[in-house]
Amino acid sequence: MAHRAQPVSAKPGIGAALCVAVLILGSLLAVVLRAEAGRGLGPADWQAVQFTVVQALLSAGLSVGLAVPVARALARRRFRGRRMLITLLGAPFILPVIVAVLGLLEVFGRSGWISQLLGAPVQIYGLHGVVLAHVFFNLPLATRLILQGWQEIPAERFRLAAQLGAGPREIRTLLEYPMLRRAVPGALAVVFAICLTSFAVALTLGGGPRATTIELAIYQAFRFDFDLGRAALLSCIQIGLTVGAALVALRVSSGDGFGAGLDRPVQRWDGQGLGLRVLDGGMIGLATAFLVLPLIAIVLSGVPGLARLPGSVWNAALWSVMVALASTAILLLLAVPIAAAIAVGRQRLELAGLLGLAASPLVIGTGLFLMIHPIADPFAFALPVTAVVNAVMALPFALRILVPRARQVVAEFGRLGMMLDMSGWPFVRFVLLPRMRAQIGFAAGLAAALSMGDLGVIALFADPEVATLPLQIYRLMGAYRMEAAAGGSLLLLVLSMSLFWIFDRGGRWHAET
Amino acid sequence: MKYLAFAASVFGATAAFAETPELTVYTYDSFVSDWGPGPVVEAAFEEVCGCDLKFVGAGDGAALLARLRLEGARSDADVVLGLDTNLTAAAAETGLFAPHAVSVEYDLPVAFEDPLFVPFDWGYFAFVHNADLQGPTDFKALGASDLKIVIQDPRSSTPGLGLLMWVKEAYGADAPAIWDGLADNIVTVTKGWSEAYGLFLEGEADMVLSYTTSPAYHLIAEEDASKAAAVFDEGNYMQVEVAGKLAASDQSELADQFLAFMVSDAFQSVIPTTNWMYPAVTPEAGLPDGFDTLAQPGTSLLMSSQAAADARDEALAEWLTALSQ
Repeated sequence: MAHRAQPVSAKPGIGAALCVAVLILGSLLAVVLRAEAGRGLGPADWQAVQFTVVQALLSAGLSVGLAVPVARALARRRFRGRRMLITLLGAPFILPVIVAVLGLLEVFGRSGWISQLLGAPVQIYGLHGVVLAHVFFNLPLATRLILQGWQEIPAERFRLAAQLGAGPREIRTLLEYPMLRRAVPGALAVVFAICLTSFAVALTLGGGPRATTIELAIYQAFRFDFDLGRAALLSCIQIGLTVGAALVALRVSSGDGFGAGLDRPVQRWDGQGLGLRVLDGGMIGLATAFLVLPLIAIVLSGVPGLARLPGSVWNAALWSVMVALASTAILLLLAVPIAAAIAVGRQRLELAGLLGLAASPLVIGTGLFLMIHPIADPFAFALPVTAVVNAVMALPFALRILVPRARQVVAEFGRLGMMLDMSGWPFVRFVLLPRMRAQIGFAAGLAAALSMGDLGVIALFADPEVATLPLQIYRLMGAYRMEAAAGGSLLLLVLSMSLFWIFDRGGRWHAET
Repeated sequence: MKYLAFAASVFGATAAFAETPELTVYTYDSFVSDWGPGPVVEAAFEEVCGCDLKFVGAGDGAALLARLRLEGARSDADVVLGLDTNLTAAAAETGLFAPHAVSVEYDLPVAFEDPLFVPFDWGYFAFVHNADLQGPTDFKALGASDLKIVIQDPRSSTPGLGLLMWVKEAYGADAPAIWDGLADNIVTVTKGWSEAYGLFLEGEADMVLSYTTSPAYHLIAEEDASKAAAVFDEGNYMQVEVAGKLAASDQSELADQFLAFMVSDAFQSVIPTTNWMYPAVTPEAGLPDGFDTLAQPGTSLLMSSQAAADARDEALAEWLTALSQ
């Protein structure tokens, strides 16, 4: 299999994956080498591991479980504002944690809108609150990933199904279930991995130390006990869990593709019954309300603060946009070759991609700091390091988006390409890249927006003169200026969404979203 | 000849420029932000020192100490500013700090003497609430009430750790019982101060763990007198923030000059309305208007840094046990 002639070379992808693995494992190693003998893992740490896994499983299961009907409804229906809605649904995912939590609480909190409506405080704090917040963050991503699965079913299949008189049930078994078997395990693995490294969300909505996650235990090891060995050990557990989940997902996810299509716009003749229309309308309406209400809360509390934004916030916004663009460029240089290599059979490379998500940002930041410090002033590298780390963190999402399409393109056009003696760069340039434009646009948009909203390592490397927008928002909050911080959050929301929209739209060649 | 003189003066000037010594001060992030004391302090000190003062921000007090431990003696820092007395024992243990030469009369409610660290400001931890609420007068009353509070996690936040020490210092062996009483009042525990204060302002809780000086921000900067701080009969625990110079500093004299400057009027007068804490040495002009309205605890609690270091792990275990039920 590996020796069969292939239209694209796997070598650049293998190289890119190696770079990522060296960066992540190298910084982990730097922390381990610096560690003195610590006290190892205690019962409290194992409790944290247990809580982390339970909440991550629940969050992933619920996010993806809800995403399937929402994505099906969006795939089946065409309505005005659908594209806008799909873009908007990406917003929660790219918000800085604290902003999103405050927005969520304005709706679901003890004195939130729902509590006011009911006349009694809603009890939001607890495991259910953690899961609610994680679903809020990840439902949109899961929906997009699964919706993409629907879009990879060629329009001709639906046409054929309609001609053969297939109803919703037959379409489910013939087209949708096989597609879901391919798309769902990967989506589950990605959401599970995101929730594994959650910290502030889990603690705040979990209502106290019961909701201690591995990431919080790492924090404690690092700053409370200065036990680097334990921090690294806990980080290894995080990585182990993520890699384990990914291996399971790779194994379970199976089935052949749907073959080639002619890129016609998809038309659907099924699902016209009243019941299904109500069901789809209801799913879209509920998901929209759940995701958009907190965003409205953020916008409403941000508007008064916009006028009061100090100049430094605008500067920070500029830096953030630049970091986001650099990060997007780095991401594409890594993700496209890796996706191509996976498409020609190097399945396991996806694991390297997941590493960036699996490793604790605190440990990675510390490791990078330890590596840079002997050579140069780490602060001089604050922004480049942030751009690189953000790109690596976005890699798993980008691969989930790019890989299925890359596989499809290689399967459909690979043999034809080689018959025409068109392998290597010409194949990439004339076949692979043009046919992946939509996915590349989506991945780039996601990476740019994620990078905009990420506080991540910049907090460890912060230079007083150069700050990113999320850091500046935290600084405003730390200086009691909550109103200005809310204004900054709104600015961040608008900028992230704009970047996302520009890339995502830029990649689409026809009206389908 | 003229050209030579010009060239000489240019070279002289560049040499002088190149020789401008640089003093690097590590501090917590909110100190260096545009709204913190950093920018004003930097300008004022550079006017008198003929040097370049470079602030470097790193998270909060605990992150600062962790950073320093990572860097060890190789650190670029000459001065570290922003540790509190819960951290100084561990900081002293690293052996990275050198004795200071500052001797002034501090305006602290308790006697403060430390060979390595110089205090620059202080405050009382307190639960902040809306002024129209009749606040509880001690932890037992708070525990018995239906009032909802937001606190910070001691593992990730310095005020959170301060509350742990507060209960331990006031109640000693009875601390677990106090935490049991408080457990049902605690709405949630946040990663840091900002999150907790944000939740409080959104109305998620009746009170938030902050400082007696917090209402001064709302009063002075926003002309809003709607916030008040509760004074407790057991006393309120203090946070004393300190700075120290590093033994491995290559600017030892400049570091001494900075520590002396730190307790002078030019530095101290900036503190109240930028860091929203009490200055360690009250400036000649007194405290700004509005600070006289702040709640004054009858008793000031503060553990010695060694006692705080010894009590920490046990206090954390008690806290975790009480709140994980």
